[in-house]
Amino acid sequence: MKTSRARGHLIIHIILIAGIAITVFPFLWMIFTSFKTLPESMKIPPTILPESLNTESYKYVFDVLPFAKIYLNTVVITVLTVLFQVAFCTMAAYGFARIEFPFKNALFLILLAILMVPGQIFLIPQYLIIQNLGLTNTIPGLFLPHLFSAFGTFLLRQFFMSLPKELEEAALLDGCNRFQIFGKIMLPLVKPGIVALVIFTARFAWNDFMWPLIVNTDPQKMTLAPSLSLLKGQYATNYPVQMAGAVLAVIPMIIVFIIFQKQFIEGVAQSGIKG
Amino acid sequence: MSKANTKAVKKKATRRQKKDWVAGYLFIAPVTIGLFIFYVFPFLQNFWFSFNDVNKFNMATFNGIENYKQLFHEPDLLLALKNTFLYAIITVPIGLIISLVLASFMNSKIKGKGLYRTIYFLPSVTMAAAVALVWKLIFNGDYGILNEILGVFGIEGQSWLTNPDTALFCVMLVGIWSGAGYNMIILLAGMQGVSKSYYEAAEIDGAGPVQRFFKITIPLVSPTIFFVTITGLIGAFQVFDTLYMMIDMDKNPAFNAVKTVNVLFYQNAFVYGYKGYAAAISIFMFVIIMIITVFQLWGQKKWVNYD
Repeated sequence: MKTSRARGHLIIHIILIAGIAITVFPFLWMIFTSFKTLPESMKIPPTILPESLNTESYKYVFDVLPFAKIYLNTVVITVLTVLFQVAFCTMAAYGFARIEFPFKNALFLILLAILMVPGQIFLIPQYLIIQNLGLTNTIPGLFLPHLFSAFGTFLLRQFFMSLPKELEEAALLDGCNRFQIFGKIMLPLVKPGIVALVIFTARFAWNDFMWPLIVNTDPQKMTLAPSLSLLKGQYATNYPVQMAGAVLAVIPMIIVFIIFQKQFIEGVAQSGIKG
Repeated sequence: MSKANTKAVKKKATRRQKKDWVAGYLFIAPVTIGLFIFYVFPFLQNFWFSFNDVNKFNMATFNGIENYKQLFHEPDLLLALKNTFLYAIITVPIGLIISLVLASFMNSKIKGKGLYRTIYFLPSVTMAAAVALVWKLIFNGDYGILNEILGVFGIEGQSWLTNPDTALFCVMLVGIWSGAGYNMIILLAGMQGVSKSYYEAAEIDGAGPVQRFFKITIPLVSPTIFFVTITGLIGAFQVFDTLYMMIDMDKNPAFNAVKTVNVLFYQNAFVYGYKGYAAAISIFMFVIIMIITVFQLWGQKKWVNYD
């Protein structure tokens, strides 16, 4: 019995390690290729490790694109999107979960309906709004429509709903107003929900592709994801340069993930359970 | 309590209620106003656009169901539908099976689970556009590593991404690779909610691990499986980043073979500038997704287990 279980575990480990090889290989290949010279990257058969640590491609990325600016833009829109979404969604989620007011159910139904509709439906008019406001090729144009999230409100509402009602009833009797209850009592209790939303939104904002591709064409106002498409367009066969750009684009999120991996994984698990 | 007193209490309650109304509206105002401006109004406008000819200056002229007529005569529509469905029908079930197996391994008593979990989750935090670029290199027909590896096994390599027969499958592979770890975490959370006593009882009855997986795990996490399937299908219908980055729209001979409905929408809306026509495509996509969702909701009664 015991040996059969040990053998079972061994088989599982073998399968999992094979899976890890497939999972990790593209990352390694990205890094290895980014340090190769152009001729080396086209060698047949390919070299695995770069012959020398060639950093030309990284310099190249910063030369052909305002990459420092692009980095900054991406950080700015990610931070702003997360901050505003968390502020707005927690407030609305609390309102929908705990306060009674006329038309609440109708308004919440509209919010649910938005959740069911694929994003493409909104895209053309959203683009026209941004265009009419003169915000194409600006930073606000990148994040404005994403500050308001039906998903985030719905997710956090689930967290507020699971808190016992007695908590705020006591506080109401003590003379606290709604805003005090929200800030001092409820908000700290939905922390896991807020963490889940922060992670969800940060991943989305950092990696978003189609919207920034449509709204901003000026490299000075670009974010990382669409700038990779520029690199690809200009250096179609220069893979070391493309890989250097790709490494630079994914590294910050990976570092953040490794530091906060527990929160990341719990956040995703929560969004599955509550969503 | 006297009558006057109860009246006063009632009055007080309504005043408090009214104060609550104001507070409620204040709480929901930012999200609600924002959603109306950027989602509700655009939804209506998009619907209106689908019955209009929208020119380069965004002037709309009503043209009835002309856009929809054109859509059903679109030579690429059937192809785009076929590609979209093919992508969904292959990536969603295969991705689900892989994530289920991974999640059940993570739910067992093996060592090093934390490390495995972290590594498998890695693709989910990685930008799809960047991932697409490296896979493009791996699939490269001239000096890609995949052909080299296949060569070791005596398999003839080829130009995977420019061959119309293989290009879409390559994009699918990347889709599965990207999503498996994410769904693994969601399924694992579902599995951890299953009471241990079921497994203990089954083990006493002599059920092996495979039997326990099919007889206990699958039925009890069926709500989570349902969730993963629905979100996976919706995502699959909207795949764009990897397609756009792996297949060059203007020069790849395989491009037509991988065109999806979403790509058709993107091209018409933002490359050619046929916004009215593109609006009709987006409505068409919406209707298809709705039909599938309704179908799934109806079908779930047969296999999803809510206790």
